[in-house]
Amino acid sequence: MLSVHNLEAYYGDFQALFGIDFEIAAGETVAIIGANGAGKSTFLKTICGLMRTPPDTVRFEGAPIGGAGASEIVKKGIALVPEGRRLFRSLSVEENLRIGGFAGRGGAWTLDRVYELFPILKDKRDAPAPSLSGGQQQMVAIGRALMSNPRLLMCDEVSLGLAPIVVKDIYDALPDICTGGLAVIVVEQDIETALRMSDRVYCFMHGKVSLTGRSAELSHEQISAAYFGL
Amino acid sequence: MVWVNTIVQGVLLGGLYALFAIGLSLAYGVMRLVNIAHGDFIVLAAYIGLLVVTTLGVHPFVALPAVVVLMFLLGYLLQRGVLNLTLGPDILPPLLVTFGLSIIIQNVLLESFSADSKALEIGPLQTASIHLGEQIAVGWFPLIMFLVALALTVGLELLFARTPLGMAFRATSDDQQIAQLMGIRNRHVYGLAMGISFALIAVGGVFMGIKTTFTPDLGPGFLLFAFEAVVIGGLGSFWGTFAGSVILGVAQGIGFQLNPGWGILAGHLVFLAVLLFKPTGLFARTR
Repeated sequence: MLSVHNLEAYYGDFQALFGIDFEIAAGETVAIIGANGAGKSTFLKTICGLMRTPPDTVRFEGAPIGGAGASEIVKKGIALVPEGRRLFRSLSVEENLRIGGFAGRGGAWTLDRVYELFPILKDKRDAPAPSLSGGQQQMVAIGRALMSNPRLLMCDEVSLGLAPIVVKDIYDALPDICTGGLAVIVVEQDIETALRMSDRVYCFMHGKVSLTGRSAELSHEQISAAYFGL
Repeated sequence: MVWVNTIVQGVLLGGLYALFAIGLSLAYGVMRLVNIAHGDFIVLAAYIGLLVVTTLGVHPFVALPAVVVLMFLLGYLLQRGVLNLTLGPDILPPLLVTFGLSIIIQNVLLESFSADSKALEIGPLQTASIHLGEQIAVGWFPLIMFLVALALTVGLELLFARTPLGMAFRATSDDQQIAQLMGIRNRHVYGLAMGISFALIAVGGVFMGIKTTFTPDLGPGFLLFAFEAVVIGGLGSFWGTFAGSVILGVAQGIGFQLNPGWGILAGHLVFLAVLLFKPTGLFARTR
């Protein structure tokens, strides 16, 4: 579904990604792990169009999408749950969800279905987004991304700053989300969680892929070597 | 009774300042862009009104919709063609570019229309008034101007609170990067914001041209009044800007009443007092 070939990314003169190759198929859940500064978030930003790249480096459902603007890419079916949630402060919970549907892609995800997935949000629908707890805000951020009815959902550090029990609640919702061939990329600091919920895993180090394989088949030694470069 | 009259006239004058200020408030609120040429565009709108009135031979109120449409298009194109290119982490480029525009507009108007003062005539309505008691007379025209400003403020509040475009404006203002991830084309949204700002400028310019005579050099003064009204009211709501405009109008009215030379000064003093004691403005919606 998504195929990335020899992707490079720069912040000014600083090179953050050095020739990343990456594949994900429909219905797959792929985790990206790696230390801070390994280039995980940069990778997601490049896919969703917040950073520009030559067209052919990123192909989505066969078509080159690299270099298209972020507002175009979401309409093709790629949604990002950004790191730190980044809800719209001056919008209510429901407005944050509704604006997720602005991409104009019809589909199974509606306001009602998001409320079904996260019932607590229905009670808080008229509350300003910043008044919610961290976990609830994360639910809004996920719901907002789902409202665009993506084919590929990318979650950046969903567990950041949340209590473990809340993280579990959110990841427990994942099977309900991954229906109808939705592909999911999860960037995750917690390696255990990442391995448990993914089919395959990529480990990034210093802007390169240091290890990739099926999550169930990788050993701890392999992962720590790829993670820390030991 | 003299003072009641002073305050009533000041409130009505505040209506004109609100017409000047809400467009500035909108552009700053959505884009964090301070349009230094805001006042000059108000004057430009008055001259465009004059052109429409003289070439078509119509009443200024009939010409107003045409001026509004023209100014909306000008605002949209200016944003898409010029101002979008100046937006970024550095706040200086938009200030410099609009400052340059300010000088250009003043000189183009001077070349085209000379420095002679011009006016938009609305006939007997100009001086018609309602008498409320012995010493208080409310002019029909200032009353209409005030009500139009009120209606536009309500309209803008509703636009922002209730419509998808308003949601896009607020979302873009909160976080323009994430707004793009929602499929919002921020350059287009910025264009629409400036277009609406200019449509409001058009109303302000035409009403100003009816209220007083105008010359090409009035713009910077209008910018100052609009800016003061926005700061007094505080950012985040159009009601704040409207209230700030009324406060500025009343302050100027009281100043004039005390001494004809003190009117503008009194407005500036209220502005400075707000900056000193409540820099976020009196009615800011805190974020």
